[in-house]
Formats: sequence, structure tokens, C-alpha cells
Amino acid sequence: MSKTLNVSISPHIRARETTATIMADVIVALLPAVAVGVYVFGARAFAITVLSIVSCVASEYIYEKLLKKPITITDLSAVVTGLILAVNLYSTAPWWLPVLGGAFAIIVVKMLYGGIGQNFMNPALAARCFLLLSFSRIMTDYPQIDGVSSPTPLVLAKQGTVVPISDLLIGTHSGTIGETSAIAIIIGFVYLCVRGVIKPREPLSVIISTGVFVTLFSLIQGIPVTLNYLAVHMLGGGMLLGAVFMASDYATTPVTPWGQVIFGCCVGFITALIRCVGGGVEGVSYAIIISNLLTPFIEKLTAPRPFGVRKERAEK
Amino acid sequence: MIAKTFSGGVHPKGHKALSENSQTVRLEAKGELTYLMNQHIGAPAKPLVKAGDRVLLGQIIAEAGGFVSAPVAASVSGTVKSVGLKMTQSGDEAMAITVENDCEYEAVEGLGEPRDYASMSKDEIRAAIKNAGIVGMGGAGFPTAVKVTVKDDSKIDYVICNGAECEPYITCDYRLMLEKPQDAVLGMKILLKLFENAVGVFGIENNKPAGIASVSDACEGSERISVVPLKKKYPQGGERMLIKAITGRKINSKMLPADAGCVVVNYSTLIAIADAVSRNIPLVRRVVTVTGDAVKNPSNFDVPIGISAAELIEAAGGYTEEPEKLIFGGPMMGAAVYTADLPITKASSCILALKKDETAGLEPSECIRCGKCLYACPEHLMPIKLKNTADAGDYAAFEAAHGLECIGCGCCTYVCPARRRLSQTITMAKRYVLAEKKKGAAK
Repeated sequence: MSKTLNVSISPHIRARETTATIMADVIVALLPAVAVGVYVFGARAFAITVLSIVSCVASEYIYEKLLKKPITITDLSAVVTGLILAVNLYSTAPWWLPVLGGAFAIIVVKMLYGGIGQNFMNPALAARCFLLLSFSRIMTDYPQIDGVSSPTPLVLAKQGTVVPISDLLIGTHSGTIGETSAIAIIIGFVYLCVRGVIKPREPLSVIISTGVFVTLFSLIQGIPVTLNYLAVHMLGGGMLLGAVFMASDYATTPVTPWGQVIFGCCVGFITALIRCVGGGVEGVSYAIIISNLLTPFIEKLTAPRPFGVRKERAEK
Repeated sequence: MIAKTFSGGVHPKGHKALSENSQTVRLEAKGELTYLMNQHIGAPAKPLVKAGDRVLLGQIIAEAGGFVSAPVAASVSGTVKSVGLKMTQSGDEAMAITVENDCEYEAVEGLGEPRDYASMSKDEIRAAIKNAGIVGMGGAGFPTAVKVTVKDDSKIDYVICNGAECEPYITCDYRLMLEKPQDAVLGMKILLKLFENAVGVFGIENNKPAGIASVSDACEGSERISVVPLKKKYPQGGERMLIKAITGRKINSKMLPADAGCVVVNYSTLIAIADAVSRNIPLVRRVVTVTGDAVKNPSNFDVPIGISAAELIEAAGGYTEEPEKLIFGGPMMGAAVYTADLPITKASSCILALKKDETAGLEPSECIRCGKCLYACPEHLMPIKLKNTADAGDYAAFEAAHGLECIGCGCCTYVCPARRRLSQTITMAKRYVLAEKKKGAAK
């Protein structure tokens, strides 16, 4: 026989998806949000996005090169981290902010904990929170819309100003690069669900539970809950962006179906707590990274019951 | 009608079109035939002949080696050439009887003599199934006589025929649905005689509409027998998944189908039962699909058991090009072999020759915790966790995470985007734990 036959243990076929195709899908899903960001905030938003991506990919490459580890940038996960960090920044950020944030996200949050899949906090969000705490003035420098510096819808809502829902949907209001347009994010959400990258339950449980807890806390405090007020909370302030792209992160959220729902509710609860009870305005980023810490515990509690295995009674 | 199914599973490409329209062709062996003694799960059969003996077609040449075992019948007449170790598809060696075919097909007395199952007692039917050496022909090879012997016949309310044929490429059961539906229904009627309170159900995946129609027609007039379309999904033909889809009942690794009131028999096996009981023909032939992109004319052959797989490939026109991988069985659970000079066994459903080995050179990367293995696992396990416990050598944790419930279907490895060899590791760990248990029990 001219050719030797390969022998291996079954299965002998594989599904098409690889880590890289999944990451590519996330990148595609983020593009509408980025596009709206660049349209609303201009070329500077684009530059920030590119800087953030380059910083993340370069950090991963240099880290692995220096430590003589296999180079993993082709799995595209660093690109995703860079993109997510960028859409969480204001377009007014100085050039070094995304560079520093990207390096922090990849080196401190991801690589030091063992690389892809091993980190316990969402790298992009942890970097954002690091930047928020370290450079709070720069990080809350709202960009101008039509030449006027205006606060984000959540700030306006807290002050009692009514923000038209149409603005929230289309994205013509102040905010970070990727968070303004609900429609763009929803397009990305539908794409991810159709491609089977994420399940709808995680983002939906975040958004719905936020609505529920915000209503609850507001009513307790005697704040009138209007439809517009709820819409701002459920669509504005990075809520959608966080729910779709960060609360569905693989590494840092539970893999179990019920765990994902519970995780989503934790995020909703903490967000509402920060927004309504605490003094904060945004809260989604913190809510997600705090909930990230609960992931192993939630996962343990919600391990699926194996097929045909009955609940075991304490027998001994 | 909505197709029934289970939760989890995967949807690999079917590739059934290659061979599904090829009428079954009867093939006789040119070379010698090799009858392995371990064609079934359980104790190996014990040879009853020695080198130089003349054997007849249908003669029992090896007896059951225990309760969970099955005898072996000669599929040709000829001379025993040797009784000794031969290579099996797992790469292991096993006792085998080799017979030189004299091409006379001289049969033992009474072979093919019609019998009326209606006038036979339950014991006679069970004895006929046992003596015919029938085992599960879908691939697992569990002795059928053991399957149909339950503690209480009256507690069985479902006799399920597994016509899912959920593995890609394989079409032998499908061809038999089109060509021999009456025989399968006869086999079902025979089993229903054993289980007076049961209904007979043919579970067939809905990617085989012609098969469903053909068997439905054959069921016409039999009140207790029906066809249930199943959703096309792998592993729909897994015994536990099939029972769940049809009855809604769930069994685990410590239970038998009978515990859920079910007896599950593969489609080809049902025809073997009909042959054994109503025609007095032991299991000496089966239909095998020879397919894959490296095969010139993908075909379905009705062959004598013991024939060399190489003869089947030759009969299918040979290779279009040398294959990179040759598989006994389907691509999800089949065994890759390094030579085609291996005998067809009672459980061989398919010879699959692939030009490209798509798993070659796939290097596993770090787990990204996407959860796809969880959602694909038909047993609702956490393959990611099982692999981690197995890799760490923590077999207590492996067992606590229900690792022994794994049915080895391979769905987790199939879907893993990081190309991790989940099912492979889990299967090894499972074997180790079971072996340790056996050792413990022996002490």
C-alpha cells in the first residue's frame, strides 16, 4: 500500500467552528455599534478603536514572545478584547488611554491568569474599571454632539430630563463609542444568536432583571417610574452593550444554562443597586466584573442533572 | 406530525446520498472467511470445530461462552483452515475460526425451513433467537437473546425498533426499510408475542421519508405496530435517547431499557430475528454499506459474515484514490483501522473510506469555556469538567461529576471549537474507573 492509513479514536469528523471563527463572529457583531460610533463621534472614535485593538494584540504578542510561549494572536481573542475596550471608551480619550487599557486588559487580567479561557474577570471591562478609577476625570469627559457637550442619557434622566427613545435607538446622543445605538447593538445580538455564538438567555436576563430591580428600588424610594425612565435604564448607559457582549463572555460567566440566567440577574441586581441606591450613574461594568467573581460558585450550584439520573437522597 | 427527539446532540453532515440509492447487492466471499469469537459484547464464543473439519452453511461453529454471549454460525460451507488469534478492528487480537469457502453452500439440515411463530411458545422463540447467534447489528453487538429476556414480560409496554441510523454515511438500515419492510414487521410481531402488553414502535429519523413510508405501509393492518418519525439528530439512535424520544422516559447507566418498560432492537436485527424464528436461518449474513469519498461506487452489500472488508471495497469498484482514513462504522463512533484485511462481523454496519482525515493535525488549544460541549451532550453532562477531572487524575471527582454516565457518542469532541479531545479523555477515564471497580469487586 502506497499510503499509510491514519488511525485515531472517534469521532473522525469535527464541526466547522473554531475559536477563531467564533471570535470573528463577535467582531462582525460589534461592527454595527462601532460604525455608529464612528458616524456619531467622528474619526477620533475610529482612531481610538484601532489603537485599542493594536495595543491588545501587540501586548499578547510581546508577552508570549518574551515568555517563549506559543503565539496565540491568530485566535482573534485579543482583537475582540481590544474592540470591546474601545466601545467602552469615550471618543474624547487621549491616545495613551486605549494603549494603557489594552495592555492592562491583556497582560494583567488575561495573560497573568493563564491566557484565553483562564481569566476570571472580563479583561476589557476590568481595564475599563481600572481606567475609570485611575483617571476618573478623563474617563467621564463626555464627547460633544453637534458641537455641544452633553451628558449621557442616564445622567440626564437622573437630573429629571426626558431623553427621546428614538435617540436611544438610533444612537444620536452622548456616550461611549459603542454604547449609544440600541439598534446597532441589537443587530449584533441577533447575529450572535443566529450564529449560535451566544444564547439569548444571558443578555435577556441582564436587561429584564435590570428593569425589574430598577422599578423595585425606584418605587421603594418614591421615584416615579415612567416608560421613558425604564427605557433609559434598559437601553442606555452601556446596558445593552454590556448585556450582549460582556455578560455573555465565555471565560468569565457560567457555562451552565441556569447559571447564565442567575448570572444575568446578579448583573441586573447590582446595576440597579449602583444606579438607584448608590450614587453611581452607569454601574453595568462594575456589576459585570463583580458578578464575574461569583461565576465559579454559580456554576457549581447549577450543574445540570445528568440524563436519567434521579436526585440523590442522602443515603449512608 | 412533529418529529420526536431528545435535548442536546449535534447535526453533522449526513453524506447519505452517496449510497442511499444503491440497491442492496448480494455478494459471496471469494477468499477465506474469518469468524471472530468476540463479535458481541460479553464473553467470547467458544470454538466447536478444529482445523481440517468440514463445516456446512448455517452450522454452529462456536457456542456461547456464557450468559451474555452468542454462538457463531458458518456463513458458507467449507473446510476449517485454522482456529487461532486474528486481528480485530480495534487493533487487538482475538480468537477466530478461519474457513476456506468451497463455494458449494451446502447447508445444514432444516436451514430455511419455514416455521409459524404464532404456534411457537415464548421459550421456543427465545431459544431460536439465542441459537441463531443474533446480536445488536447497529454497532454495539449486545446479544439479542439477553435483551429480550426480562424479569417480567408483562411489564414491557414498548418494543422499539431503532431505525434512526443517525451516524452519517451509513445507509444499510435505510435500504432494508425500502427492500424488506415486511421482514422487519414480522420480526416486530415475533417480539410482540413475547411481550403481550407492549406496542411496537419503529423510530425512524425524518431524513428518511421513503423509509418511513415503506415501513408504515408494511405496518398497515397491524394494530399494535406504528412508525414514529424522529428528528434527524445525532445520537438519535443512542438507546437512551431513543427511549426518551419515543416514550419520554429516561434511563441512566445503572438501568436497563427494561427498567423503563422498553426493549430496543436495531432495524437489521429485527430482520435477523424474523429469519431466525420463522425461517430457521441463523445470523450468517448482513447488509454493509461501503461508502466514503474515496470509494468508486458507494454501495450496500448483502454479505456473508466473516468476509474480508477488502473484498467489499473491491466489489465497490475499489478506491478512486488511496484513502487517508478507513473506518469500520460511522465517522462519529466508528473504529479507524490501518488495514482493510479485517473480517466483517455481525455488528459491522459500514466500511467508510475517506480521502482526507480531517482530524489529522488538529492541535487542541486552551478551553475557551464556550459551553458548546454542555449543550451538545445528550447525557446532560459537563464534558469540560469531566476532562479537567480526568486530566488531573482525580477519578473520585470524575465519578462524582457522573462521568460514568457518558455514552461515548463523541458530540463534545465534535463541537469543541478549541479542538479538545474531550470524549477521548472521558472514555479513557471511564474505562479506568470501571476497571478499578472490577478489581475492587474481585478482591
